[in-house]
Amino acid sequence: MSSSETSPILELREVTTHYGPIQVLKEVNVEIRAGEIVCLLGGNASGKTTTLKTILGYVEPTEGQVLLDGEAINGIATDDRVNKGISMVPENRRLFKRMTVMENLQLGAYLRRDKDEIGQDMERVFDLFPRVKERLSQRAGTLSGGEQQMVAVGRALMARPKVLLMDEPSMGLAPVLVAQNFEIIEQINEQGTAVFVVEQNANMALSIADRGYVLQTGRIVLADTAQGLLNNPQMRQAYLGEI
Amino acid sequence: MTELLAARQVKLGDAIKTGLVAGIVAIFVSAIGMVQRFDSRIIFSSVTFSYVLLIGIFAGSGYQAARPPLRLEGYEAPKAGVRNVLAGLLAGTAGGILLALFILVAGTANLRPIFPNISPELVEILAFGRELGLGATLAALAAAVLGLLGGALQLVPQRLKKAIGGTFLWIVLFALLRGVLAPVTRGLGITSLTDLLYERQGLSIAGLVAVAVVVFSSYFFLAGRVRAARGGLERLPENRRRIVVLAGLAVVTLFLGAIPQVVGVFLSEVLSAAGIFLLMALGLNIVVGFAGLLDLGYVAFFAVGAYTTAVLTSPISPRFTPELTFWAALPFVILTAAIAGIMVGTPVLRMRGDYLAIVTLGFGEIARLLFLSDWLEPTFGAARGIRRVPDIALGPIVMKGPQDYYYAILLFVLLAAYVSWALQESRIGRAWMAMREDESVAEAMGVNIVAAKLWAFVIGAIIASFGGALFATRIGSVFPQTFSVVVSVTILVLVIVGGLASIPGVMLGALALVALPELLREFEQFRFLIYGALLIFMMLKRPEGLIPSRRRTRELHEEEVEQDAWLKAEAAKQEAN
Ligand SMILES: Nc1ncnc2c1ncn2[C@@H]1O[C@H](COP(=O)(O)OP(=O)(O)OP(=O)(O)O)[C@@H](O)[C@H]1O
Ligand SMILES: [Mg+2]
Repeated sequence: MSSSETSPILELREVTTHYGPIQVLKEVNVEIRAGEIVCLLGGNASGKTTTLKTILGYVEPTEGQVLLDGEAINGIATDDRVNKGISMVPENRRLFKRMTVMENLQLGAYLRRDKDEIGQDMERVFDLFPRVKERLSQRAGTLSGGEQQMVAVGRALMARPKVLLMDEPSMGLAPVLVAQNFEIIEQINEQGTAVFVVEQNANMALSIADRGYVLQTGRIVLADTAQGLLNNPQMRQAYLGEI
Repeated sequence: MTELLAARQVKLGDAIKTGLVAGIVAIFVSAIGMVQRFDSRIIFSSVTFSYVLLIGIFAGSGYQAARPPLRLEGYEAPKAGVRNVLAGLLAGTAGGILLALFILVAGTANLRPIFPNISPELVEILAFGRELGLGATLAALAAAVLGLLGGALQLVPQRLKKAIGGTFLWIVLFALLRGVLAPVTRGLGITSLTDLLYERQGLSIAGLVAVAVVVFSSYFFLAGRVRAARGGLERLPENRRRIVVLAGLAVVTLFLGAIPQVVGVFLSEVLSAAGIFLLMALGLNIVVGFAGLLDLGYVAFFAVGAYTTAVLTSPISPRFTPELTFWAALPFVILTAAIAGIMVGTPVLRMRGDYLAIVTLGFGEIARLLFLSDWLEPTFGAARGIRRVPDIALGPIVMKGPQDYYYAILLFVLLAAYVSWALQESRIGRAWMAMREDESVAEAMGVNIVAAKLWAFVIGAIIASFGGALFATRIGSVFPQTFSVVVSVTILVLVIVGGLASIPGVMLGALALVALPELLREFEQFRFLIYGALLIFMMLKRPEGLIPSRRRTRELHEEEVEQDAWLKAEAAKQEAN
């Protein structure tokens, strides 16, 4: 499927977001199409998390539109957006620490009522992460960082999202785990979920992404295919660790 | 495998500190008049309740001082031994010496102008009625021995420990609750039982032995059985389990229904008063325990329920007098309570923790002041309140005395308990749980935070308004002074002491903390002191409450585990050096 032919599932159109008087995003344009992995790269405080918060409705853009399946979802409550098929793995994973792994997964499916299919999705999560299945009755806060990441991804998948938002999945993980993590993201994507991944680890993110955007102090400064970005000299210097 | 480090030992210096604290507590309860007040209540022979209190303080300090330190990974398991008993003795001695000094000072200098309760009678009690020097020495010795005994209790196996502690507690309870037991045995026609158990004052020898034997053996032999039975019940297949549970419920209902007939008017009155608090504690448990919203103005909803009922049913409520029956007024009570819940809930939607507590505290006071205000006097009667609230009637039957009211209150309590239980297992229950843990992530799971919070406030408000409605008809009048912040605080204490989010815990907490002071007048004066002390004790030693909910236990012991992990790392570091 060539991505340019399909219309985007999720789109930010000229989005500007403020926290009070402070402008954090300025005229951001992002598109995520069905079947794609798209990454958003940027340094600290460039506005990556804010972009995700704007998509989920934690903050409302002061200008511009967020569109899901071509329909503007500005002003809609967060839970309705989740219901429409957006799901997130938050920064630092943020599991419900004092609940068990099982309860965390169940809460991921909070809005769903199709019991049988929830069971199937649970199995799918176990296929992706066999380790999670071994630890179902353990308190989530006592899991290792890598395990927590698995549960956080599993929990987000339990909502059966159309688009999965991931906020810095590689943060605080050992390099081996980071690589594993990105393999899993690819697998999830192959099973039909569009993924929008926010990262500082540009090399890793671009290695699995179809396309990428670069955010600098709230503005998109580069937008290209992953290959294009990898070859971009400006990009190589600023984000890919080359001098 | 690295070798385990030698077990950590109790620190004797800490033991002395514990003892000194106990000594200060003993002096404190003496100086505020508790000891003297409790001296009129005889437990057994010449042992009065004030001695029991002091025994508890000093033996408790010994027990606490001798407690082996937490077992940490990387260390051998600590074992109680001679050193632990010594720690108990040290604690008792330290506390005893403080108390002896106090006796000497109080017996020679006149402290009454500053501490009116430090009287010659108090000194006489503390010195066992002996001459000052001898009495002080005896007191110190007694405290030391008690500390030693308390410390020695750490050596006995867990099961025996529980049995001994339990026996001590129940003997005291039996002695205190004579006034409860007497009408019960009269109602059942077995007064010979109370005659056997009690002397003119306090327990008889036969009573003491009987209670001790029965309690001790049931603790000792039933230990673990109850839990095993519960586990067995859980393993039963669904349909069989349902039958057992239903049968159990039927028995409990019959039992609850028979109570007022057996215990008579006075106890029914006490139970009704406690029942209203219990009802409200169940309601607040939903708000605080389930949804994690610390509401310090809960009394507002109690007041709304009481005033709505009074205005709608009383023939002389100032502004209008539709003179509805209790039942016809009830839908309006629910409606106004729900509106009040939304009115309080909406402005605080974005507030958390301490801010929420402060703002709701304000709302509670505002409600009271509104009912008291001259502005609304035509409707609510200001300070004069509303009188002649009629009794509840069911068709031709009018509920008259406390025995009748007991049933009305029981009905609402059962309803609230059922609602709590059903909510806990429901979708909204899960939403509350997630929200309590992490509000913004719960939102990302699709929990509608606004709705979840408002539902908690509204359901809590409705249950409190039932309490208010029952209160208004039972007393027959409402006055604004009743609805002070003290009510909110009391209900919160019941919820916390019983066990946040634990339905049986909240019930036990309410009965124990409201009914007991009603029954034992000498407690009444110290009620809030005891509540405060209990709160502190519970928060430090048993934050999960009397009967914890399983989840809360898990939550609260998490920090210990984390600390353990930290200490383990520290231990490893030490080892490396
Ligand atoms: N609630 C808030 N109120 C005010 N300012 C905020 C708020 N949240 C974020 N900001 C500011 O917005 C800017 C962008 O924050 P954001 O969290 O989106 O950065 P980020 O790109 O995710 O950074 P990081 O890589 O460190 O996570 C920062 O300067 C931050 O201080
Ligand atoms: Mg961020």
